[in-house]
Amino acid sequence: MDLLTREYGALHSISGPLLFVQGVRKVSIGEMVAILLPDGKERRGQVIEISERHAVIQVLETTAGLSTTGTRLRFSESVARMGLSPELLGRRFNGAGEPIDGLPEIIPERWVGIIGSPINPVARDKPAHFIQTGLSTIDGLNTLVRGQKLPIFSGSGLPAKEIAAQILRQAKVVGEATEFAIVFAAMGITFREAAFFLDEFEKSGVSEHTVVFLNLADDPTIERLLTPRFALTAAEYLAFTHNRHVLVILTDMTNYCEALREIATAREEIPGRRGYPGYMYTDLATIYERAGRIKGRSGSVTQLPILTMPDDDITHPIPDLTGYITEGQIVLSRDLHRRGIYPPIDVLPSLSRLMNLGIGEGKSRADHRGAADQLYAFYAQGRDLRRLAAIVGEEGLTEPDKRLLKFAERFEQEFVNQGSEERSLEQTLILGWKLLGLLPKERLTRIKPEFIQTYYKG
Amino acid sequence: MQRPLEAIRREQGDFIGRGVVVPALSRTKRWPFVPSVKSGDRVSGGEVIGVVAETPRIEHRVLVPPGVSGKVAEIREGSFQVTETIAALDNGTALTLIQKWPVRTPRPFRERLSPTLPFITGQRIFDLLFPVAAGGTAIVPGGFGTGKTVIEQTLAKYAQADIIVYVGCGERGNEMTEVLADFPGLVDPSSGRPLMERTVLVINTSNMPVAAREASIYTGITIAEYYRDMGYRVALMADSTSRWAEALREISSRLEEMPGEEGYPTYLATRLANFYERGGRVACLGSGDRQGSITVVSAISPPGGDFSEPVTQCSMRVAGTLWALDSDLAHRRHFPAINWKRSYSLYMASLEDYYRRMVAPDWADLRKEMMALLQQEEDLQEIVQLVGVDALQDPQRVTLELGRIFRDDFLRQHAFSEVDAACPLDKQYWMLKVIFAYQSLCRDLLKKGRAVEEIFSLPFREELGRMKEIPVLGFTDRAKELMARMDKEREREVE
Ligand SMILES: Nc1ncnc2c1ncn2[C@@H]1O[C@H](COP(=O)(O)OP(=O)(O)OP(=O)(O)O)[C@@H](O)[C@H]1O
Ligand SMILES: [Mg+2]
Repeated sequence: MDLLTREYGALHSISGPLLFVQGVRKVSIGEMVAILLPDGKERRGQVIEISERHAVIQVLETTAGLSTTGTRLRFSESVARMGLSPELLGRRFNGAGEPIDGLPEIIPERWVGIIGSPINPVARDKPAHFIQTGLSTIDGLNTLVRGQKLPIFSGSGLPAKEIAAQILRQAKVVGEATEFAIVFAAMGITFREAAFFLDEFEKSGVSEHTVVFLNLADDPTIERLLTPRFALTAAEYLAFTHNRHVLVILTDMTNYCEALREIATAREEIPGRRGYPGYMYTDLATIYERAGRIKGRSGSVTQLPILTMPDDDITHPIPDLTGYITEGQIVLSRDLHRRGIYPPIDVLPSLSRLMNLGIGEGKSRADHRGAADQLYAFYAQGRDLRRLAAIVGEEGLTEPDKRLLKFAERFEQEFVNQGSEERSLEQTLILGWKLLGLLPKERLTRIKPEFIQTYYKG
Repeated sequence: MQRPLEAIRREQGDFIGRGVVVPALSRTKRWPFVPSVKSGDRVSGGEVIGVVAETPRIEHRVLVPPGVSGKVAEIREGSFQVTETIAALDNGTALTLIQKWPVRTPRPFRERLSPTLPFITGQRIFDLLFPVAAGGTAIVPGGFGTGKTVIEQTLAKYAQADIIVYVGCGERGNEMTEVLADFPGLVDPSSGRPLMERTVLVINTSNMPVAAREASIYTGITIAEYYRDMGYRVALMADSTSRWAEALREISSRLEEMPGEEGYPTYLATRLANFYERGGRVACLGSGDRQGSITVVSAISPPGGDFSEPVTQCSMRVAGTLWALDSDLAHRRHFPAINWKRSYSLYMASLEDYYRRMVAPDWADLRKEMMALLQQEEDLQEIVQLVGVDALQDPQRVTLELGRIFRDDFLRQHAFSEVDAACPLDKQYWMLKVIFAYQSLCRDLLKKGRAVEEIFSLPFREELGRMKEIPVLGFTDRAKELMARMDKEREREVE
C-alpha cells in the first residue's frame, strides 16, 4: 500500500474497533490511515464514515493498547488498493492483501481500488456456458453456468466444504480445454478448515492457478470485511484483463455478516432484523454482484459463496438476503446427511436461476429441461406421499401413488446419492430417465412426446 | 438521475464510475416533427401539437406542457434536435420536443375514469382468477426465488399494453442484461415489431448508489405518466418496490430521522400510497377524448417471505389485486407459484361485463365453478391426509382428480414454453370448457358403473395434460374435437 501526506493528532475516542477523529478535512470514505503509536509502532485503519464533526476509522488490527493521547494519524489519500499482476496465481495473502507465503510482494502491473465499480448492465454479456460439476443434483437439476453466483446454503456440520472442493476439482466446460483459475477467500474460518482446502488444491494440482486470501477465525474481524473485496478484485483482474475463467469460493459468508454486525453495533447504528444492519442487503450486493461476463472480453467470474444457516433456518437474514441477490442457491439438508446421502443436496429449495441459459439443444441436451421438470414434479409428489404413508400406511395409497413413493426413495438413493463418483451430464440424464421409467409414460406430461419416444424405458 | 447506460459505457468503459454526467436524451440527434395544429389555434396544457415517429411502433405525441396555454404564433414542420424550438405561442412561450418534469410531482390529468377494462396478461391464473384492471394496481409479494421477476418480465413481454416501463430497482445486473439481450429479438404479437420498441428500462442494480435507487421508481412512474398523457395504455413493472423502500430507509437513517416499524421512516405508508396512486385510468388533458392508463405491477420482497412486514402490509392496503407467491409451490416447481387461497382481486365485479361481452357469456360462471372445485379438493385433501384415499367415495375421487387437473394442467404455466408462455383469453376459455366436459364424462361413466381407475386411465387424461402445448391457432377446433370424442366414449357400451 502506498503513502502518505497529512498527519493529524486529534483522536477523540475509541469504541470497539473504531476510532473517532475530530477536525479532519478532505478525507474520503475508504481512504487508508496509518495509526502511529507513541512507541513508534504502526497500525492500519480505513475511513468508513465521515460526518460534519468527525471521521470514523476502522482499525484493521486490534485497538487494544491504543490511547487517545499521543497517537497520531497519517492519511494516505488512497482508498484500500491492491497491486495486481498475473503473478498473483499461486500466491497466498492475508485478509488485508499482504503476502503470507514467505515470498516477496508481487510487482504490480497496476493498482486498483478494492471496492470495485458496478459493471454497466449494458456491458454485461448473458451467461450461457454450462459448467459441468459432475454432481447430478447440480448439473441435472440446478445447472451452474459461467458468470453465475450460486451459493451453498449449509448448516453447521454439513459437508459444504467437501462439496465445494469436489466442484473445484471437477468443474469443466465440456468441449473446452481451458482450466479455471481459482480465487479462494476464507473469512473467519478455522485453521483446520482452511488447511482442508489448501491440501485439496495441492492434491488436485491446481495450486498454481489458485490465489488464496486467508482471514482466519483469530485474525482481525475488521479485515474480514476487506477479504472478499481483495479476492474479487483479483478475480475481476484475472477474468477481464487476462481472459481467465475464474471460480471464486467465499467461505464463510456468515462470518462476514457477523463482522458487519459487530462493526455496526460498535458504530451505534440502529440495528435491523436480528441486529444486522439495515444496509446489509446493499453491502452484500456489492460483493455478490461482482460476478458475470462482459461483452467483448472472454473471461468470466463465477462465484460459489458458502454460508452457514444459523440454526438451519433459511429465513435467517444471512441466507435470506443472500438468496435475494444471488442467482439461486444449493441447499444442504440435515435429514439427507443423517441418512448417509452424499452430497446431501435437497433439490426442492435449491434453484439455479440461470439454468435455462446453459441448457438445451446444442448446450447440454434437448430433453434436459423437460426431464428436470418431470423429476422435480415426481419427487415433490413422492415426498408428500411419504408424509401421508407415515400416517395412513402404505396400504392406504393408490397404485400410482405407491409408485411415486418408490420413485422418491430411489431418487434420493441413486440420483442424489453419488459419493465421490464424478458423473458426466450424459450419465446424469441416463440415470434420470431410468428413474422416470418407474412411472407409466402417460404421466410424463412435462416432457415432449418426441423425447419420451427416444429416451423412455418403462 | 437519468443516465443513458450506452452513452456512459462509451465514455467510461464497462464499469460505472462516480460522477458521470451524460444527458439523458441525445442533444444532437434530429427527430422528424409533423405538426397537427396550425398558427392561430388555441392550445392548452396536454394538447397534442404534433407527432414524432419515435419508433416505427410508437407515435410520440408532442404535448403542450401542463400549465402552459395560448395561441400558436408559429409552428414548423421539419427535423429538430430535442432542445430546438418547434413552436411559439403568442405570449412568447417557446415549445420544444423535450419536456422537463420534477419526478416527485404527479402529472395532471382531466379526470379519473373507473377501471372497467382488464389488463390482459396472457397468464391463465391472472386473467381468469385474479385479474387486474387497466389502470389498476397488482402487487406480487414473495420470498426469494418464488418468481417475481419472471412474472414481471413475462408481463412485459406478453401483456396487452402500448408502452411498458420496466423499473429494475435494486435487483440483479444479469437480469437487466437478459431484458436488454432478449427484448430486441422478441416480436410483439400485436404489432409485429421488436418488443424493445414499446419498452423503456429504468435500471438501478443492487450495487449501484442507494440515492439513485430511491429516485428510480419516481423516474419510472413519471415516464409512464408522460406516455399516458399522450393517450397510451402504459404498464409499469416495478421490481422490486421493497428495494426502493429500503433505500428510503437507508437515506432516512442517515438523516437521523425517527425510525418507525422495522426501521422504516414513519412516512413509508404515505410515500407508498402516493406512488401507487399515480397509476390509474384517466381522461387526458387537452382537447379530444384521449384516454390513457397506467397499470402498476409491483413486486415486493418481504424478509423471510413473511407478509406481515410493513412494505407488504402498506401495499396491500392500496392495491386492488394481490398475487401472493408461495415458496412451497415454487420449491415443487409449480409456476407461477401463486397461492390461490391468499390471492384476490377487487376488480372482478367491474370487469365481468367485459369478459361476458368479449370472451363468452359463461366466463364468470366457469370461474366460480372452478374456484368451488378447488375448494372442495382442498377439503377432501384434508380427509385424505387423515385416513387415506380409500375412505373417499368415487365421485369424491373425481373431484380430487379434477382439482389436480386445474392446478397442474390449467393454472401451471411455464414461462419458457414456446407455446404456452402466453395464452390468449379464447384459448383459456376453451381449455376450461374441455376440463369441465371431462368432469361430466367422468361422472356419467361412474353412473354407468365403470370403475374409477379405469375412467382415469382413458387417454383423455393425458390429453388434458398436454392441452396447453397445443398451438393457439386451431386450438378451438382441437378442443371441440376432443369434446366430441368424449361424447362418443359416453355413448359407448362396455360389458
Ligand atoms: N412462470 C414460470 N415458469 C417457469 N419457471 C419459473 C416461472 N416463474 C419462476 N420460475 C423459476 O423460478 C426462478 C426464480 O424466479 P424469479 O427470479 O422470478 O424469482 P424472484 O421472486 O424474482 O426472486 P428474487 O426476489 O430473489 O429476485 C426462475 O429462475 C425460474 O427458474
Ligand atoms: Mg427477482
